[in-house]
Amino acid sequence: MTKILNVRNLEKTFSSGSKKITVLHDISFDIEAGETFSIVGPSGSGKTTLLGLCAGLDQADSGSIDLCGTQLNSLTEDERAILRNKNIGFVFQDFQLLPTLTALENVAVPLELQGAKNASKVGKELLEKVGLGDRFHHYPSQLSGGEQQRVAVARAFSNTPSILFADEPTGNLDAETGEKVIDLLFNLNKESGTTLVIVTHDLELAQRTQRILRLKGGKIIENPIDTL
Amino acid sequence: MNRNKTITSRANFGWLLKMAWRDGKASSRKLILFMASIVLGIAAVVSIQSFGENLKENISLQSKSLMGADFRIDSNNPPNERVLAIMDSLGGADAREISFTSMAAFPKTELTKLIQVRGIEGGFPFYGDLETEPASAAGSYQEQDAALVDATVMLQLGIQPGDSIKIGTVTLPIAGALKSVPGSTAIFSSVAPPVLIPYRLISETGLVQTGSRVGYDYYFVANQGMNMEQLDKNLGPLLDTQDADLDTHTSTSQRLGSRYDNFGKFLNLVAFIALLLGCVGIASAINIYIKGKLRAVAILKCIGATKRQTFLIYLLQIAAMGLLGGIAGTGLGLILQQLFPLFLGDLLPVDVQMSFSPQVILMGLLLGIFMSVLFALYPLMGTLYISPLQALRVQNESKSKSGKAGTLVLLGIFLFILLFSYWLLKDWRYSFSFVAGIILTFSILAGIAKAFMKLIKKYFPNSWGFPARQSLLNLFRPQNQTLTLVLAIGVGTFLISTLYFTKDVLMSQATLETQSNSPNMILLDIQSEQKDAVVKTITEKDLPVLDDIAIVTMRVQSIEGKSVNQMKDDTTSNVNRWILTHEFRVTYRDSLIASESLQEGEWTSEVQDVEMVPISVSDNFADDAKVKVGDKVTFNVQGVLLNTVIGSIRTVDWSRMQMNFSIVFPKGVLEDAPQFRVLTSNVPNEESSANLQQELVKKYPNVTIIDLRQVLTVIEGLLDKISWLINFMAFFSILTGIIVLLGAVRTSKYQRIKESVLLRTLGAKSDQILKILALEYLYLGVLGGLSGILLSLLSSQMLAWFLFDSPFIPSWIPFLVLFPGIVVLVLIIGLLNSRSVITSPPLEVLRKQSA
Repeated sequence: MTKILNVRNLEKTFSSGSKKITVLHDISFDIEAGETFSIVGPSGSGKTTLLGLCAGLDQADSGSIDLCGTQLNSLTEDERAILRNKNIGFVFQDFQLLPTLTALENVAVPLELQGAKNASKVGKELLEKVGLGDRFHHYPSQLSGGEQQRVAVARAFSNTPSILFADEPTGNLDAETGEKVIDLLFNLNKESGTTLVIVTHDLELAQRTQRILRLKGGKIIENPIDTL
Repeated sequence: MNRNKTITSRANFGWLLKMAWRDGKASSRKLILFMASIVLGIAAVVSIQSFGENLKENISLQSKSLMGADFRIDSNNPPNERVLAIMDSLGGADAREISFTSMAAFPKTELTKLIQVRGIEGGFPFYGDLETEPASAAGSYQEQDAALVDATVMLQLGIQPGDSIKIGTVTLPIAGALKSVPGSTAIFSSVAPPVLIPYRLISETGLVQTGSRVGYDYYFVANQGMNMEQLDKNLGPLLDTQDADLDTHTSTSQRLGSRYDNFGKFLNLVAFIALLLGCVGIASAINIYIKGKLRAVAILKCIGATKRQTFLIYLLQIAAMGLLGGIAGTGLGLILQQLFPLFLGDLLPVDVQMSFSPQVILMGLLLGIFMSVLFALYPLMGTLYISPLQALRVQNESKSKSGKAGTLVLLGIFLFILLFSYWLLKDWRYSFSFVAGIILTFSILAGIAKAFMKLIKKYFPNSWGFPARQSLLNLFRPQNQTLTLVLAIGVGTFLISTLYFTKDVLMSQATLETQSNSPNMILLDIQSEQKDAVVKTITEKDLPVLDDIAIVTMRVQSIEGKSVNQMKDDTTSNVNRWILTHEFRVTYRDSLIASESLQEGEWTSEVQDVEMVPISVSDNFADDAKVKVGDKVTFNVQGVLLNTVIGSIRTVDWSRMQMNFSIVFPKGVLEDAPQFRVLTSNVPNEESSANLQQELVKKYPNVTIIDLRQVLTVIEGLLDKISWLINFMAFFSILTGIIVLLGAVRTSKYQRIKESVLLRTLGAKSDQILKILALEYLYLGVLGGLSGILLSLLSSQMLAWFLFDSPFIPSWIPFLVLFPGIVVLVLIIGLLNSRSVITSPPLEVLRKQSA
């Protein structure tokens, strides 16, 4: 198996007034292509910061991240954006749909950014797949939380990403809806072979993934790679 | 992966347009403020510009009918042989006219009126029409030896065609009412309305005497192909040396056009200020809009959109909105300009046919796009620096905008204001002053706001009650809106009250002092031998004779030994031409009068048998004649040469409504020269004025009477019309000011709502929250409004000193009406925008906010 994400000696600090807070300290791990992987830890342990760095949304102070064969450190912000567009999908805790775009338009945007001609067709197929065939032209404000998250999942898969990052994907959903969304994520992972990285503090959910990375106070605790 | 080659975005311009459209269509409600700012600003500029263009075009199209002929030779003296020869060489005049002001009596009503007598011979006007009632009177008054009398005068005095008019010693039947004569505007002829009579009857009136101010005009119809400019170039200087002028229809229309141009420039500036306020509105509206879009930008970046793409999506959206606003604003402006002639009718020299000038329409559209983009750039730059990480969690502080880019945008804005004001004013000096004035006003207001915040922080009234303290705290808490609101309120108030105060300055210049010892009636052209009898007529009616001024007419013969003719031929001479050709009306007296002060030299009261008479000249005469104290000037007093020396130079306040003189002789020199007198009196009311006028006109038909109160009414009417236009433009500023205010209040709304909801959750009652909000807006309204008014008081005082050179007594309207009005407006807008905080349960508001 090939490594899709390779993280080595990652450090990240934030400034708070005159103080410097180390959020991530000497983090190293790998993820194989097609794998399901979770990052768990209590609030403030640095989970989301780690996800942001791995997905190229932010830059580390030191260490290296190799994503899909590209060193993120050497890329400009725009180059990282294009890399995300081609290789990464995102699912966020609070859905993060574009409020002025319909469900279909939201799903089509990543493909449109690639210049794809069939964006709308693919968008419709994906929405039907997540059970929202009758919601193409609804705006996010006209959808329930679960529906919004399903649109977000459809959007995340629209560019057939190599890796999908999900940040607390069930955090804003009731248990039943959350379960459905998670099933959807795992099914799509199975069907398309997309690597799935989930940030969560829900251990039950984490245990559905093949491996778990535990964080506390910005450091990896116990055995970093926990094979289930 | 080779990053340089393979990492490129493939989304094209079409996609950017599509995204801009999708997002814009769903956000249209949020862009209402933005649109309103553009529409109003552009409508103000377009309406004034378009009207100005139309006026200019109409003046030029109707240039021949404005003059009534192709060209005209005119002089204040009967033409000499040289002038007659020039006219003969042109094939002779096609029509001629003698005109002067005089009193006319209407025997039927026994009323009198100051009129402009125009004795006409020939087919004048050759272009345009004499509009009369009945229409046939225009063609028949010459044959019938009858008069055409201004229609308004006939209406005012209750005169009908068929009644008679007495001018000097001749009584004529009135053939009809004169509704319009080519080239005369109602407002300018309301002091002395025109009466047309046949030329041959002028001598019979007995009014053309020594000292009378008479105009001689000769009208010509040009031969086909005659070049007016060439004619002006060839004959103009030649006629100039003979004290005559050549006016062609083209030069007259250009002159007239430029007169209205100056007025137009002023209005353009007022409109431009409305536009600038609109720009502040744009920046403020876009600021709110972009703030609301930052999360969407972060999401877009997260899923792969580049900085450039997200920036362009919103830039395109704003440019498109700018274009739409430009279209709507231009449309509104073009509709509004149709109203102008309704209000300005009398002021305009021509009937203005409204058409749509493509240049102005293009300007409106381009201005819409350009202004929107320029003033949106600074808030838009926020999209460049927003991190995609914000999609994961809300960071309170995004990376600060680049200081360099911000400065560049600011420079661009000032450059735009400078270039646009230059385009309107065509004068760099004024444009720079205008921009400097704007920067200064904004800086002072910003300074006031900052100083206020510092002061309340330093001297915080800890003993005040909770709502009062909380509302004061709001003024300097993080993300406060004190600066923005004080700027918005201050600039709007400043502008509107400056317009009011400027009107005060203009009015005070024209206001007649009401004391009984200041003259309000002037009697001109009294022959020396009539003086005693006229004085008797006045005093018999228990009216005072305030001044008895002798007037002797004379011309400059030589200055410092150089004759007038030598100076006229000398192209290097910088003596102003009017000095060489003007017939001066000179008086003699032994003391200075109230409107004069000695600037230089020594005042001589009286002389006897001197060779060189020490005279006093006004400062403008000294400047234009290039003379100083001690220089010698020889005058030609009706054939007799009189040697004088400049003894003193006086500063004269010409704006005072009284008889002022360029040249004053001491007593003891001119007493025996041919002269006429001017008497002034103070008449308490219209009735005694009419009574005195009737008697004087009956006894002394050559005497011209000017009732200053009537003149003042005309000036007031004129100012009223102008101030209507100014108010109209100010109205735009008020509207845009309200939009800016709305924008500023809305920007801070979310911050306030969050705090208010927290307070409510902690148990604050509605009236406590209402009190906090109301007090905060009250402080801001009072601070902004008062700063604006005081600043405008200062600027109007400076205008009065430096520009109008006039005393300035500010009216109370800005303080009594504008100030409370603005404060109440701020309160209403502020509270209406926050009503959801007070009326809804906390949870509902919190839920709405998070959605």
